[in-house]
Amino acid sequence: MDDVELRALVPRALSVLVRRGADFATAEDAVQEALVRALSTWELERPSDPQGWLITAAWRAFLDMARSDTARRAREVRYDTEPPTGVTPSTDDTLHLYFLCAHPDLTSSSAVALTLRAVGGLTTQQIARAYLVPESTMAQRISRAKRTVAQAGLDCLGDARTVMRVLYLVFNEGYSGDVDLAAEAIRLTRQLQALADVPEINGLLALMLLHHARRRSRTGADDRIVPLAEQDRTQWDTDLIAEGIAILHAALARDQLGEYQAQAAIAALHADAPRFEETDWVQIVEWYDELLRFADTPIVRLNRAVAVGEADGAPAGLAALAEVDGDIPRREAVAAYLHEKNGELELAARLYADAARNAPNLAERDHQTRQAARLNQQLRPDR
Amino acid sequence: MAKYLLLKHYQGAPAAVNDVPMDKWTPDEVEAHIKFMNDFATRLEDTGEFIDGQALSPDGVWVRYDGEGRPPVTDGPFAETKDLIAGWMVIDVDSYERAIELAGELSAAPGAGGKPIHEWLELRPFLAAPPTVAE
Repeated sequence: MDDVELRALVPRALSVLVRRGADFATAEDAVQEALVRALSTWELERPSDPQGWLITAAWRAFLDMARSDTARRAREVRYDTEPPTGVTPSTDDTLHLYFLCAHPDLTSSSAVALTLRAVGGLTTQQIARAYLVPESTMAQRISRAKRTVAQAGLDCLGDARTVMRVLYLVFNEGYSGDVDLAAEAIRLTRQLQALADVPEINGLLALMLLHHARRRSRTGADDRIVPLAEQDRTQWDTDLIAEGIAILHAALARDQLGEYQAQAAIAALHADAPRFEETDWVQIVEWYDELLRFADTPIVRLNRAVAVGEADGAPAGLAALAEVDGDIPRREAVAAYLHEKNGELELAARLYADAARNAPNLAERDHQTRQAARLNQQLRPDR
Repeated sequence: MAKYLLLKHYQGAPAAVNDVPMDKWTPDEVEAHIKFMNDFATRLEDTGEFIDGQALSPDGVWVRYDGEGRPPVTDGPFAETKDLIAGWMVIDVDSYERAIELAGELSAAPGAGGKPIHEWLELRPFLAAPPTVAE
């Protein structure tokens, strides 16, 4: 059993402990301890019932913790050391755990950390490394999150929407450290999808799969950005694409459209094109219009302007861009792209340089600098 | 060992010898520069001298406390700011001489025409914890 299979047992173990009356924070610590024990002992001998083993070990760890805690307070409380038998954790309990970790009282970063630990079974150290913060900081963030959840009570749980937002945030963080957060988000979304039959959850899963399928082609040597038009489509994972499209179709057939399904539909149209030139931009623009009904944000409008530029030509794209409000990230990059497409190379080169200066990350800064350099060389080939 | 902060400035440092903005380089020159910077950090990791390095966005504002019950005051960003830090690298090296040597190497990053930029970098020693053996 590998690490991922093992961690899939975590939410059930945790929900059993909580249902037996353990407080959430201690139960979570107990499951972590059982998990660490499992990692070290299962290599030698794998139990016949791994889920049962983990629940029993976690329950024992909980009892030990509760005992030492009680001893500290000089109280005498007797616990039955043997866990109640015949308990089959229900799917509702695990779903409940997702909602708990996406509690509306938590900040996004706390909800993300708590979900990865309590539902995902990652260690604090792994989560800290993935988010490039010191382990003590992450430990503090998680324990504060557990306190918040304990104090806030169970009356006001998160709902499917907040859970999906948390998973989407994890997915977007991508890959850093020794944990592949995108893969972890997909695993947790699959698990959620098995628990709750909601078209938007399917839409979110499809969206993740369709983006994940293109991951290898999106960066080149030195982690450089490879734009969609230049990606090597033979590197796309066709199995993931087929799965994502099938999940999306099934979701769309139920006629309860939402923003994740609309985003997934856009991703599916990209994934479906054998060559960039064969992309169905007209349909993509239509899906952006659908997406605007659910999420009318400047970012969506900015992306729509790019699609309009491809579907109806650069002037139409620039007209769409003119309607995008505000000073938002990547606006200059989009303007540069559309002006270049429109043949205004001097202006485009200046805008690429501006885009580089204001880029939100180093990979994008390097990419926009390369674009500016490329155009400037084209304009002044003598250099 | 002693820790040093290597500071790179967007503006405020004396002009570099090869002072051409990056977007005016050829694509190959941009490539060579990016590779040099990546290789430099990797090499310091290999020698065990690298601590941290980050790049900063040029956007920034000044912020100060404005009294009880009031939101902090913000000011800027100022286009005319004289000194603007672009990024830093923290190194942990055996000596001041080694820190100077490394800063010199970093300043030799290739720029326009493939020639070294000769950019001025600021080197600042950390105020470290007092030593156990003081006398």
